[in-house]
Amino acid sequence: MNNSSMSIIDSKILREKIKDNSIRIVDVRREQDYQLGHITNAVNLPLAKLLADDSVESIQKIAQDLGISDETSVVIYDDTFGALSSRVVWALQYIGHKDAKLLDVTFSQWKALGYEISTEVPEIESATHSIKENKDIMATAEYLEKVKENKNVIIIDNRERLNYLEQHIPGAINIPYRTLATDGKILRTKEGMKNLLKNRGISEDAEIITYCGSVGTLSGLAYYALKSVGLPNVKLYVHSFKEWKSLEKPIDKQENANYWDLSAE
Amino acid sequence: MAQQLRPSKPADKQPKIDWSRRQEAENFAETVKLFRQGKVDPDTFRRFRLQHGAYGTRMTDDYAMVRIKVPAGQVYPYQLEKIAQLSEMYSIGSAHFSTRENIQLHWVILEDVSEIMQSLSDVGMTSREACGNTVRNVMCSPLSGVCKDEIFDATPYALAIARFMLRNPICQGLPRKFKFNFTCCEKHGMIRIVDVGLLPQIQEIDGEQRKGFKIFLGGGLGNKSFIGHQLEDFTPVEDLLYTSMAVIRIFDRLGDRKNMARNRMRYLVNDMGWEKFRNLVLKERAIVKSTQSVIVKLNIDESINEIQRPISVSNESASVPDGFARWQKTNVEKQSQGGFNSVFIGLESGDITANQLRSVAEIIRDYSAEGFARNGFSQNIVIRYVHDDDLKSMYSKLLETGLAKTGSLTMASAVGCSGTTSCNLALTNSHRLAKEVQRKFLELKLDEDDDLKDSTIKISGCPNSCGQHEVATIGFYGGGGRYENDMFPNYTMSLGGRFDEGSILGHHTARVPVKRVIPVILKIIELYKENKQSDDTLSRWIDRIIHGNESSKINSVEDIKKEINSFLIPPKVEDEPDFYMDYGSDTSYHTVTGKGECAA
Repeated sequence: MNNSSMSIIDSKILREKIKDNSIRIVDVRREQDYQLGHITNAVNLPLAKLLADDSVESIQKIAQDLGISDETSVVIYDDTFGALSSRVVWALQYIGHKDAKLLDVTFSQWKALGYEISTEVPEIESATHSIKENKDIMATAEYLEKVKENKNVIIIDNRERLNYLEQHIPGAINIPYRTLATDGKILRTKEGMKNLLKNRGISEDAEIITYCGSVGTLSGLAYYALKSVGLPNVKLYVHSFKEWKSLEKPIDKQENANYWDLSAE
Repeated sequence: MAQQLRPSKPADKQPKIDWSRRQEAENFAETVKLFRQGKVDPDTFRRFRLQHGAYGTRMTDDYAMVRIKVPAGQVYPYQLEKIAQLSEMYSIGSAHFSTRENIQLHWVILEDVSEIMQSLSDVGMTSREACGNTVRNVMCSPLSGVCKDEIFDATPYALAIARFMLRNPICQGLPRKFKFNFTCCEKHGMIRIVDVGLLPQIQEIDGEQRKGFKIFLGGGLGNKSFIGHQLEDFTPVEDLLYTSMAVIRIFDRLGDRKNMARNRMRYLVNDMGWEKFRNLVLKERAIVKSTQSVIVKLNIDESINEIQRPISVSNESASVPDGFARWQKTNVEKQSQGGFNSVFIGLESGDITANQLRSVAEIIRDYSAEGFARNGFSQNIVIRYVHDDDLKSMYSKLLETGLAKTGSLTMASAVGCSGTTSCNLALTNSHRLAKEVQRKFLELKLDEDDDLKDSTIKISGCPNSCGQHEVATIGFYGGGGRYENDMFPNYTMSLGGRFDEGSILGHHTARVPVKRVIPVILKIIELYKENKQSDDTLSRWIDRIIHGNESSKINSVEDIKKEINSFLIPPKVEDEPDFYMDYGSDTSYHTVTGKGECAA
């Protein structure tokens, strides 16, 4: 399947294919949560395991250990509005995997729908996965700094509004991750997403770089959302704002206003 | 087992009126685009934006504040849930309850406003005419229909006026904004500080009991404030619409369209003189009456709201939760309907998180026998028709989500406008100061003090009165002070303001540096305690001082000034750097303002 028209897996459809061995379902929650019950046939990949080592070799090994070959259709879910699982999708795509998708609901929503869950851990037969490093979907601080003034480049900060107002990468616009979701689904409809982009004046041929607070989860969801409506050139700044700050790169803020005092937190 | 015996919750009550018009969202999105492309000039765009309820934001054109109108303050659980979601998607994860029964979302990207409007249409709400030179949200006392002192429930009339005026050509381009307030009684509404204030009355005419109103015109708070005048002894309900239209037509015709600072109707009334204005209104009303077609009338829905206690949640074995007595004393008002109560949920300066909004929605469903809530006049929420037996359980629920702050009906619940948190005109962070005052009052348990119960504290961040400081027992408005080369936030304090039948604007007393506001308030309370009579209250004591009727040691404003004088002297900046910083800021104070559009 083509990355540029990546879509999301309807929970009703997954339900029908749950026993289909050509699909690998991956649960991106902590191991203890997984053990208490997961979507039938799902295997577990706690995000921490993926984040522990960034290298393509490590991602490759994880994929292979989970029985994911180049041809396997992978469906990924979590219980964190899709942010963790979209980070996993991105990692798989980074080593060249073509068919990794998000489930359209979280585990809690799946459960609330009354769909099948199980505590049984499926047998995994390891597979072979190649590495075709997909550098087009990755942005580093160095790269970001080099291109950020380009007219065609749009940097999107996916943190919450108050964090963005307080500090952000100069020139970045803000689309809080909550904006990407809708009632009962981790992503809004394609039409809704396109409308948001249209209102914001984001053209479909722009080069987009998403970032969030630290490891590219919230911005991973944005990466996925943008890809899923067909935007061809979207990159994830994986190490995000935490790294940007530690490198002492320039930071912008909204001056002369005490917006934090409007929060009831 | 017990769980299964509970009757299931009834479906959400639906509002009787859908205020939205879906195509306005798309139109707004298109116009924003044209504005950004320079095809709509900034002034035209500003008027358009305000007409649709999007207000400017401090020091930036990129953001707007969306003011959602809640006519008569009636808001339904699923509407609150929608607003919770919108606050997370497009705003700061909190929403704000205003002093005029609006709900505001701040720091919204201008390009996202249309998405909010679209979603509001899904739940029958609108931001249309929440700002701009229009008829603003029509208010009604949160206790209308349940107040012990009311003559009849004004709510259907408030809703009918709101419905008639919304999108009506007669009020799309007034000289300035125009406000209606309905109340239940003198105490619970603010009918003398708005353009049109209405108090229900019944009069016997030809042996028949006729409903009507006492109507007050030309009041309002602002840079210069006025108390409204009573139009006539009694205005029958049949004349409500004609009178309203007559007043709006006169204002439209004669109001000042040039001088921004003096174009509210109160200036027209003041310049012309009340008697002349009054005669004009009566004459205009006769003309309106004789020239309107019969189809111009108010659509008054007096059908009775169904009152049905949702579920029996009382649990007799449950112990009394900690703090219940204090909360009940300071947050709960008995209704005229036996066995039922109105519960006030106090919010710090009107702010509430998305999750708290969701809890409020759930609590309305579980505890209110009328199935909706009312926004209050003091940045608060009122859940009515809560049964006596359910109060303890409801209190426990409120506690869980941080919504059981005590003192909602007391002096502790200070009002603060948005100040420098979002407003272009603000000079100080009045919003945060009000929170600080409230926290101190609760810490000292002053909410439990009966002597302070009927007093109020209200704070504005500039002289424009959005925080209604002029009708507070102790009111403050922000400005800048200077000592040698350093600036500090400095509040002008007024004493003795009232908004009831004895309405009077507060008496300017002293300028109080921001970090001395709380000590000065406490000092005034201390002076009162030393000099009070038996069965006295702080507000009555201050009232006597203002009117020269006090005979104790402190008997004039000058005496108070002398007593607080030591608080007003600035320290050297090196001795107390904090003195020179506003709340919420760790840098030295300086004033920055932009162009105002007037907010509350």
